[in-house]
Parts: sequence; C-alpha cells; structure tokens
Amino acid sequence: MNNLELKKTANEVRKGIVTAVHSAKAGHPGGSLSAADIYTYLYFEEMNVDPKNPKMEERDRFVLSKGHTAPGLYSTLANRGFFPVEDLKTLRKLGSYLQGHPSMQYIPGVDMSSGSLGQGISAAVGMALGAKMDKKDIRVYTLLGDGEIEEGQVWEASMFAGHRKLDNLVVIVDNNGLQIDGPVSEVCSPYPIDKKFEAFNFHVINVDAHDFDAIRAAFREARETKGMPTAIIAHSLKGKGVSFMEGSVAWHGTAPNDEQYAVAMADLEKISEELNQEVEA
Amino acid sequence: MADVKKIATRESYGNALVELGAEYPNLVVLDADLAAATKTGVFKKAYPERHIDCGIAECNMTGIAAGLATMGKIPFVSSFAMFAAGRAFEQVRNSIGYPHLNVKIGATHAGITVGEDGASHQCNEDIALMRTIPGMVVMCPADDVEAKAAVRAAVEHEGPVYIRFGRAACPVINDRPDYKFEIGKGTVVREGSDVTIVAAGICVGNALEAAEMLAAQGISAEVINICTIKPLDTEIIINSAKKTGRVVTAEEHSVIGGLGSAVCDALCASYPVPVKKIGMQDVFGESGSAAALVEKYKLDGKGICEQVRDFLK
Repeated sequence: MNNLELKKTANEVRKGIVTAVHSAKAGHPGGSLSAADIYTYLYFEEMNVDPKNPKMEERDRFVLSKGHTAPGLYSTLANRGFFPVEDLKTLRKLGSYLQGHPSMQYIPGVDMSSGSLGQGISAAVGMALGAKMDKKDIRVYTLLGDGEIEEGQVWEASMFAGHRKLDNLVVIVDNNGLQIDGPVSEVCSPYPIDKKFEAFNFHVINVDAHDFDAIRAAFREARETKGMPTAIIAHSLKGKGVSFMEGSVAWHGTAPNDEQYAVAMADLEKISEELNQEVEA
Repeated sequence: MADVKKIATRESYGNALVELGAEYPNLVVLDADLAAATKTGVFKKAYPERHIDCGIAECNMTGIAAGLATMGKIPFVSSFAMFAAGRAFEQVRNSIGYPHLNVKIGATHAGITVGEDGASHQCNEDIALMRTIPGMVVMCPADDVEAKAAVRAAVEHEGPVYIRFGRAACPVINDRPDYKFEIGKGTVVREGSDVTIVAAGICVGNALEAAEMLAAQGISAEVINICTIKPLDTEIIINSAKKTGRVVTAEEHSVIGGLGSAVCDALCASYPVPVKKIGMQDVFGESGSAAALVEKYKLDGKGICEQVRDFLK
C-alpha cells in the first residue's frame, strides 16, 4: 500500500473505532485512535497474515499488550477482512464475540488474550522464543501503552528479550503521553523511554506515529536489525483524528454520546474528503 | 514404615520430565533460577536447548510459557508454589487460564515441609488459588509413583494443569503392579467402616499410619487418596461417606480453600455429613525441620490419629 492508501485505511479504522465505542457506550477510544496508524501499517503492510486463514501456522503474531485499546485492533482486523465491519457495533455487548478486551478464543485474528497490563509483552516474548527454537521465520509484534510500561513485568520481559537476542521481536510503545490519572510524566514518569529500552539491550527507534514514511522506515530498520530486539517508541497524539478527543485524557475510557458521535464522524468524514482529493506523489 | 523407600516428589517431577522429554520433542521446561531446587536440572542436562531459565522473574516466566504454548510447545513452568501460584497468580489466571492454554505448572516446595526456610516460603494457599481458575486441573501427588504418573497425565491432558510437589522425602506407597492413574479419579487405599479420611499429598501416607493406630484402638478408618483436587472424584467420597457417615480431610495446606473445602463443597451438595478438616488452621508456618513441623501442626500419623479420635468422640 502506498501512503495515501494507508492514510485512507487508517481513517476507516478510526471510523470503526468511534462507531464501536459509541455503540458499546463504553470502551477506550483515545488510545485506539492514537495507535490507528500503527495498527493499519502492521496489518496492511508489515505482517504476514491471511484473513481467510487466521490461524495459519507461519503467520506473524501480534499481541495487543495494551488490551484496553481493543477497538483499534478489532476495527483494523475487520477492515482487513477477518470479520465483518458491521460486527464492530456489537462490541462489549452480551453474546458478542467482540469482548471488551482481546480474546484469542473467540475473535478471528487475535493471537493472544490480553488486557491485564504488562502481561502481553511476556506472551509475545514467548512467541518470539518459540519461533526461534523451531527456526521459523515468524516475526512477533506487541503494542504497549506508555502508561503500561510502569508495570514491572514489562521490564522482566524486556530483560529476557534482550538477553536472548530476540531479533524477531518488535516492541512498540504508543507514547501518547496520557494515562487515566493524567499525563504519564506527572503520574509516575516512565521517561526516558528510549534510554530504558536501550539499557535492556534493544535497538531503539523513535518515530512519529502518524507519519507513514517514518513508520515504514522504522519497521524496515527493525527487520534489518540482527542480534537484538527492536523497540519502536511511537510518538503519538491521543484521540488522533477526532477534534475534541485529541490530547484529552478525558477520552481515555469514555464513549461519545449521540451528539459527540456525530461530531466525531463528521471530523473523520472531512479527513476522508481531503484524502480523496489528494493524489499520491 | 521405617524400611519404606522415601523420595521427594520434586525429584519425581524432574525424573518424569526427562522421561517425557524423549517422547515429546515439543516439551519445554522453564525455571526462574531454581532449577537445582525444583529438580528440573536433570532435564536441563538432558535437553539443554529445551530448558529456559527466565531468571528471577516468575510473572514473566508465566507469560513466556503462555506465548510458547500458542506456538505449539508444551511448557512446564517450574518454581516454588509460593511464586508459581502466589506471586504469578494473576498471570496464571489471565495469560494461561482465560485463554485455556496448554501450560503445565510444576510447583515444588509446597506446604510446611519446606522446613527451615520458614513461613515466607511455605505455601499453604496454592490449592485454594489454583482451584478457583476455570478449567484448571489441580493435582497433589502422594508419592514418587503418583507424582510421575501425574506429570505424564498432565502432558497427555490438553489444557492448563497445576501440580504440587513437596521438598521433603516421603514414603513410596503406590509401588504396586496394578497401580493406575487417571486425572479426576481417587483411590480407596484402605477400607474401613467408622470414618473416612480423605487425604492428599504427604498426608496420604500419614493417614495410612493414622488408620493403623486407630485400628489398634478399635476404630476402622477408610482412607481415600485424592490426587486430583480439581476435578474432584466426588463419587468415591460420597460413596464412602454413605458407608461411614463421617469424613475427615487431611492436607498440608490451609483448611481454607484446599482439599477440605473441595470435599465439603461436594458433600454439602449431595450428602451432607459432619466433616473435620485437618490442615493448617488459618496460621502461617515457621522455621524448623520438616518432620518437626509436621508433628507440631499435627499432620503426621499420630496427629491425624488424635484428631480423628477426638472428632469421633
């Protein structure tokens, strides 16, 4: 996909996020929107996956360690063809397979159940290790929140990944700067994030999480990095794409009401129109 | 029973893993810097490429095992019960239990027979914790023979399994040609008519000793060995309760949430009879030799005998 196609797709992913959370009347839009470009790049460009065969043995794996941003993952999977986009409206409802947090047992394309922060990265490390043990060319990606990395288990997992030189592992930190109780820098600062991963023997790349040229370059660099895992620190804007959600901690875990939903969708439609007029250079 | 062969079930664990490692190339063993103590060191020696030392980080080890299971491995997570079930409880619950992954947890140094290390390392709560997780099989083998059989059964079972092993050597009581093991099946190891003693782990051998002493006092005790605490063999317990009318449970674990509670749950539901729960009576342990502690907390043959006799008065 070229950048324009990626941008258009990411905007559709954002529409799905807002629609799902609005329909559920609950969920986490802020961190889903901030990671939408990363999700899109992973599933439409980077990862070896097959929506028709979600359990394909040789597929690349993705673990959403920051499991509360499931609407972002679900919308990406739906847009990629793993299940109908229409089903996003069943998010969090009784009887729906789209559970509040990712469940590998019920949801096509979900490689690991997650949601309890700090745990997904360990599972991803286990997957990367398993692939190495079997000498399989499988890459493993895991997305963490910048608040999530306050969990000690993240650093247990990072120490192990660095020690074992798991160069088939890419840890992405969605650095949108906000957690439930406020800015990460005020709650319990995880900064400097890049230097911490460097100290745990990772190759570290800082990237603008909304610039597909930069994202593409970062994942290429990760692929070329041998002998150590890669950490991509994705500098993002929480709520990206929806005017009133951008940079606002209030939209970490709140659903828009009908009026707010209309405004959000209008914002995203406007972006669609702009993108439709753009021509890929 | 002085001339009976004694082996710690943690030794059986390590030996069983070596044996099964040859049959199952996808069996891997994880440790958190305790391979020498959990006795998985023998597996490490036999299959170094399949032994993964995670360092002192049990929560991460549990998650790594979950990830390995999704890749088709059969991971055995090894640590002391305190850390495998206690520290990493939520990881076991959410990363293994909820997705129902094929991870086996080999928890050694359970209960007070840890001995000298004292209360901080004597886990009397692991059965209670593990049996609350949906889909988790919980086993507590009584001796070397049963421990090895339980490890094999765990490998053959698809889904999460927790097995509890002890540090101290205990008598081999199941060494007979017709011995069979099945997950979820208890065994009547001594028939009797006045009282039923349902025991697990080291308390099975001790309950047999107690039954011997009780017989000398004219009391006929039936002893049931329950290795699988979940799913529990309710039928064997209820059938015995129908015969004797009174049940005593004996375990090296808190009387809150362990075998005793599981047996009470089963009896309450369909055949209520008076039950006496022998175990750790809502207290922490302490330092001392395993033998001294088992005697002090009345989990040895004499202690079980006395408590059964008092219960029947």
